[in-house]
Amino acid sequence: MNKLNLILAGVGGQGILTLSTILGQTALAEGLHIKQSEVHGMAQRGGAVVSHFRFNDQQPASSLIPRGRADVILSLEPIEGLRYLPWLNENGMFISASSEVKNIPNYPETKQWQKEMNKLPRKLAVDAQKIAKQGKLRKGANIVLLGASSPYLKLREESILEALKKQFSKHGREIVKKNLALFKKGQQLAAS
Amino acid sequence: MQKRKLLLGDEAIAQGALDAGVSGAYSYPGTPSTEIMEYVMDNKQAKIRNVHRKWSSNEKTALEAALGAVYSGRRALVSMKHVGLNVAADPFVNSAITGVNGGLVLAVADDPSMHSSQNEQDTRFYAKFARVPLFEPADQQQAYELTRRAFDLSERFELPVIIRLTTRLAHSRADVELLEPRPENELDPETEHNRYTLIPLNARNNYRNLLDKSEKLEQFSEQSDLNKIHGTVAGKRGVIAAGIGYSYFSEYSQTELDIPCLHISFYPTPKRKILKFADNFEEIVVLEDGQPFLEEFLRDARGDRLKICGRLDGTLPRDGELTPDSTAEALGLQTTAHFSKPQDLPGRPPRLCPGCPHADSFDFLGEILETNENARAFSDIGCYTLGFLPPYEAIHTCVDMGASITMAKGAADAGLHPALAVIGDSTFTHSGLTGLLDAIYENSPITVLILDNATTAMTGGQASLAEVGLEDICLGLGVEKQHLHVLKPLSTEKDKNLAVLKEEVEHKGVSVLIVRRPCVQI
Repeated sequence: MNKLNLILAGVGGQGILTLSTILGQTALAEGLHIKQSEVHGMAQRGGAVVSHFRFNDQQPASSLIPRGRADVILSLEPIEGLRYLPWLNENGMFISASSEVKNIPNYPETKQWQKEMNKLPRKLAVDAQKIAKQGKLRKGANIVLLGASSPYLKLREESILEALKKQFSKHGREIVKKNLALFKKGQQLAAS
Repeated sequence: MQKRKLLLGDEAIAQGALDAGVSGAYSYPGTPSTEIMEYVMDNKQAKIRNVHRKWSSNEKTALEAALGAVYSGRRALVSMKHVGLNVAADPFVNSAITGVNGGLVLAVADDPSMHSSQNEQDTRFYAKFARVPLFEPADQQQAYELTRRAFDLSERFELPVIIRLTTRLAHSRADVELLEPRPENELDPETEHNRYTLIPLNARNNYRNLLDKSEKLEQFSEQSDLNKIHGTVAGKRGVIAAGIGYSYFSEYSQTELDIPCLHISFYPTPKRKILKFADNFEEIVVLEDGQPFLEEFLRDARGDRLKICGRLDGTLPRDGELTPDSTAEALGLQTTAHFSKPQDLPGRPPRLCPGCPHADSFDFLGEILETNENARAFSDIGCYTLGFLPPYEAIHTCVDMGASITMAKGAADAGLHPALAVIGDSTFTHSGLTGLLDAIYENSPITVLILDNATTAMTGGQASLAEVGLEDICLGLGVEKQHLHVLKPLSTEKDKNLAVLKEEVEHKGVSVLIVRRPCVQI
């Protein structure tokens, strides 16, 4: 049985919905059944945003993942993912960007969230922002993380790449190429 | 092979309506319902068929236009958030009295937990009150299929029909199998003029007709497969699950739980079916998203005999949305957290975007409030409501669409000075105009700031009807030319803007300041 529960977390404007769309199209192309929950409306204005994403051979019932049952948390911002730790399962994988979005006055010390993350049995921190900048795609951190998480997503690489191409094709070939490169970079980081 | 498409609950309703042969979609944006209309607007088939798909001024005008369309024999879809139905309540209740010709479906999205709303009202109470049937899907596939059934039922009973969904379904996606689309209705206007002319003589007849239809609908609800028992009726405990409550129940019943369940997807409440089911057990768990609608009925009927577990006895939280976790607890299951959320993690509330024109508006408005402790800024619903929060703290109220101007007027009537109103361009055309007319009629000493960012920003940047010309609207309503100003919210203009505001606050009549700079998101 092919089945996955994933939580995507971040700050409004970081590209959570884009990731969610790419994953949805990938799973659909693989003939899987999908349920995903999104945050729309006011919270998208720079606030905390979360998306639950599930696929299964049969239609998943709930669009929200119950506590303790997420296989992967993928976070575009370090403290945003930590909010959802109660949803991670015992062997769950926690993958987070390390670049902070400090649009709040009381943002914690870097050490503090690093300490929390280090307590987890399976985790990976990725400087996705830096890699995106190097790849000359300022808004591409979400795709770097998609690459880094791809070994844990139980989806075929070709299908993800196909969905990636489809998602960005309206922005031209150059953008598609840059995104594919960022995905590969992320993938390499996960393997190293 | 049937076509499969990944759709939000909102989009499933829109696609369902298009495939059911709808000729017009009518709406005013409001979270969590906005994506219904947006989907129709972007849909290729809708373009080819030239389905009506423009935003209306508000939910009342949207529903009335739709009523005109179904009067003419076509099918129409009206979508709104729960509080939008308050705005449209007058035509809604009366459309049950007139009845309809072409199918009329209202898609109403409730917002338990108030993610983006002012209250948690449950549309099922409205349906009962107006004697209008209501469908409540559990998931996206059902949302799609029930929309077509809603149109069928609307035409069969000649009544408007509601399809109710809550935030979580509205804003979650699933793969949906699509049906063959069917053609639209031909133009076929009503010829019996007493039906839609609700003078008392006609209204009394029509109302008796409605009561007859209600009886038939109750029978339909009792017999319909839309209210269905799953599992074998045995054991001490049963579940009654409505709408999305059934999808949360299924999360556990598929694998780790074996309890019979009566799944409710259609109202009027199938009372006999519910009682017959409940009487088999010692204990009933009621799972519904929103207010305890079915639970209240069951408690009234069987509260003395049965243990009823729901929102009213504390089994589930009294407020807020239903979740898979609260469902698990209510069913006596555990969803175990293996890791805890770190302590002292700061929240991250929504905020105005960098460069937002509202920030500059609050900057000069704030000065008036600081220097005059009696000054009050009555405000409204939109991104600018964030002006309540630090660092701005520049508005003092937010009650309902349009209430800024009317509350400022009432406060001025009561002797409060200075009374300011802060309203966005789209909220102004939604329901600010009539309030402004009240103020002009009485020459009330109020200062109205219309923050014109040229869009309906909070819901994601839909067209604003204010584009037809705010100055002309204000002058036409009777605002005096010398007390109508257009300001630009920029830090470099702050002194000038403040000077105008200070002067107009002292004017003994209505002043309007149109504070204009486009939203940074458009």
